[in-house]
Amino acid sequence: MSTMTDPPQEQFKLSMLLNDTRYRSYTFQALALVLVIIAVSYLASNLVRNLEAAGLNISFAFLGEPAGYDINQRPISYNNQDSHLRAATVGIMNTLIVAFLGCVTATILGVVAGVLRLSNNWIVARLMSVYVEAFRNVPVLIWILIIFFIMTAALPPPNAFRGTEPEQSMLLNAMAFTNRGVYAPGPVMGPGGGIVLAVFIASIIGVFAYRRYATKLLYDTGRDLPRGWPSLMILFAPVTVLWIGFALTAGAQQNAVLVPEGGGDQSLEAFVMAEGGAAICMIDGSTSSVVTKTELLKLQAAAVSGPVEDRTALRIRTNRVTDAEAGIAAFEAGECNVLALPSASAADVSGADALSTTVREGRPFEFDRPYLSGFNFSDGIQIRGSLIALWFALAIYTGAFIAENVRAGIQAIPRGQTEAAASLGIRPGRIMSLVILPQALRIIIPPVISQYLNLTKNSSLAIAVGYMDVTGTLGGITLNQTGRAIEAILLLMLFYLIISLSISAVMNAFNNAVKLKER
Amino acid sequence: MSDVPAHAVSFVRQEAIPPAPPPSSASGPMSWLKDNLFSSIGNGILTVLSLYAVYWILAASLPWIMNGVWNAGSLAECREILAGTSGACWAVLSERWNQLLFGFVYPEEFYWRPSLAFLLLLVCAAPVLFPALPRKLLVLTAIYPFLAYFLVWGGSIWTPVLVAVGFIVGYVAYSRLVTQSFAYGFVGGSVAAIIFWSLQGLIQAPLDAVAPVALEAVPSRDMGGFMLNMILGTVCISLSLPIGIALALGRQSSMPIIKWICVIFIEFVRGVPLITLLFVANVVLAYFLPPGTTFDLILRVIIMITMFAAAYIAEVIRGGLAALPRGQYEAADSLGLDYAQSMRLIILPQALKISIPGIVNVAVGLFKDTTLVSVISMFDLVGMIRGPILASTDWNGVYWELFGFAALLFFVVCYGISQYSQWLERQLATDRR
Repeated sequence: MSTMTDPPQEQFKLSMLLNDTRYRSYTFQALALVLVIIAVSYLASNLVRNLEAAGLNISFAFLGEPAGYDINQRPISYNNQDSHLRAATVGIMNTLIVAFLGCVTATILGVVAGVLRLSNNWIVARLMSVYVEAFRNVPVLIWILIIFFIMTAALPPPNAFRGTEPEQSMLLNAMAFTNRGVYAPGPVMGPGGGIVLAVFIASIIGVFAYRRYATKLLYDTGRDLPRGWPSLMILFAPVTVLWIGFALTAGAQQNAVLVPEGGGDQSLEAFVMAEGGAAICMIDGSTSSVVTKTELLKLQAAAVSGPVEDRTALRIRTNRVTDAEAGIAAFEAGECNVLALPSASAADVSGADALSTTVREGRPFEFDRPYLSGFNFSDGIQIRGSLIALWFALAIYTGAFIAENVRAGIQAIPRGQTEAAASLGIRPGRIMSLVILPQALRIIIPPVISQYLNLTKNSSLAIAVGYMDVTGTLGGITLNQTGRAIEAILLLMLFYLIISLSISAVMNAFNNAVKLKER
Repeated sequence: MSDVPAHAVSFVRQEAIPPAPPPSSASGPMSWLKDNLFSSIGNGILTVLSLYAVYWILAASLPWIMNGVWNAGSLAECREILAGTSGACWAVLSERWNQLLFGFVYPEEFYWRPSLAFLLLLVCAAPVLFPALPRKLLVLTAIYPFLAYFLVWGGSIWTPVLVAVGFIVGYVAYSRLVTQSFAYGFVGGSVAAIIFWSLQGLIQAPLDAVAPVALEAVPSRDMGGFMLNMILGTVCISLSLPIGIALALGRQSSMPIIKWICVIFIEFVRGVPLITLLFVANVVLAYFLPPGTTFDLILRVIIMITMFAAAYIAEVIRGGLAALPRGQYEAADSLGLDYAQSMRLIILPQALKISIPGIVNVAVGLFKDTTLVSVISMFDLVGMIRGPILASTDWNGVYWELFGFAALLFFVVCYGISQYSQWLERQLATDRR
């Protein structure tokens, strides 16, 4: 038998702070803290002295002052009298636009290239390796600049599209690739457009819900519902029915085309021929305007290629206004000679006659096509060369990395999984979707999300091609104009930090959700 | 088994029939084609499409490349020589070769110095890169930074020599004190080296007077071209490795304050784009330095890029540390090794080995990112192309040739590094043989 005794209580000695592992960590931490505090206060005191010497102070008041510069791509309304804060907001939205477009495109490219790299087709696999290696090993800045120069120096100027025998012609008569950017048709919502869009989004959710339900049913009861055609049905059937419904009813409604007094009671063609052209007041978001413009452009195209000599000079112009009142006002002021409004008659608009030609109201979505007017293209959507350069370069570059992640993820699943599934009698397509992909995705998704993060951060290279993202506005022109370097860069870093931290929060949540539940 | 003896039957073949060749449908180029290119209709279509894509690319680029003009003074001359045919104007490369490599202000008569430094880099990095070489050659590697500094920047030879001596002094002090504990050794060594360096000015003046060995000094702002990318890349990667290791260990540490300092630093740096850090180097860093100090832009950029790379390397090494089985840590503890010993002898060698692919990825990424300095108007390779060369009246418009050359240069270096890392991984895969 032995009696347990506590070891003698050791007296705390000062040397134990250094020699005793129990206390040493406190010494180190205190030391580190003191060093950090000294360093920070040294830097801060330098900052204060430097700012004093330069007569500056730290203040964010400049954000409220008028920015005084223009931004060429504006997702929200902005003019140069708006504040620096609004300019920065526009920049932030531009960053998010290019990041979103880039991430979507990079994912598509990366998944396709990653899967094809594993293809048993020798030449396709080699080509994909070349793509991945070529893009991973060259700085993204060089790719951005190369694509930017293709967009600005190698593409034809807009006036190459001019004339009866143009050097260039528009793709499908709807898209033009010029050195000032790509002009594409812009969607305009007509009667029922919002409802169709909402139903389409609901259908997408419905497809996911259905597939989820089918999987659950399969796991719970073993009953296997078909997935392919019901998904397609859910996705397209309601939208198609609605579309046809709206196009045939509200969209088929005939509207009067209004022209100045004295010009009424003839066809649109006769009126335009007599006037030698037309200026149409386009009401943004009104499909009847778009339909009228399309009619006019058709007349112009027919005139250009037509046999009649004097028709070649038909001049079509548009004058875009925000709403019907502004359209009527512009028409009454004589700024345009054609007006097509939903449910407007000559009686509502002073000094107007109705043509014998009427136009239909429009389908739920109409596409507002760009056309050559003057020295440039008008209307439609202009996608600038800088956006395309940034978007494509980032997408192709990041896509190469994503391809590697996808390949690694699929290869990480042991062959035995495929074989085991096959021995259970599962069909090859099902093996992929039920056995391989669920396991591979768990490996693939975290690195892909960090690639999205990299893409977002790399989008700050916008400044090299003059795309006005948040680095170009807040960290570029605002910084140079106000001289508020510290504040501007602090805000810039804060923005990127918030983005990064929120993406990593999402990633952690995802990782925890799909983590193998082990005991 | 038959119970008839072999000699009893009239004829039994004694020797094996030579194996027949496989049927022609299962071997030879046709079968290869069938298996690898046309195994199904979809595959056949893919093959034809890819062949067409390859043909299209080659048909567009090969004549242009081969028909290139190498001798001309300007783009206009090039076009005259080509006389309307398609062809590249490689003359821009031959005419601006030195500018592309060394920038446009580095003194022409000193081009041999950075070139020699580059060649020596290949020689002196070899002992680190190839474990099979004799370990004594590592001395060369240790000498290299000082030699390269002397060659590229010039100035008195005693500056790098005395800095090197400072390191030796520090090391001697460290090796004396490390027998007590690593912390003593480390602090003692650092203090000794710092004391020596603070006295350096006093020692250097008489040495310069007695033996004035010097190359003409070249200020950092004269560095440019691909040389600047190489300098930034090698310096920042080598500086960020030790910092990254320290940060990774700090982040894994059980001491909360140290851990949180490291976490905040790493997450902050990783959360912002490199460009914003370069902006900091360009316009903000000067505010945080004592009034009156002038700091080279290149030095400020090196500081920021090193911080950036260190944070990424720290995360890679943390991954390596986390991937080690717990047993390794416990085994080190059970041997009675203290923290520094267990890290130095047991943990880090294994963790670094696991982290090699990640570290190389960071290094390649960092080397590519050195092109970003062109955004803050430094004239690296991309900056030279965008700035002085494309802006000159002679060569305004030769985009493809210049950017193609830059892309090729980076591709060769980065692809080489990644191939090396794969080779090294196979060499070090001692546990899977």
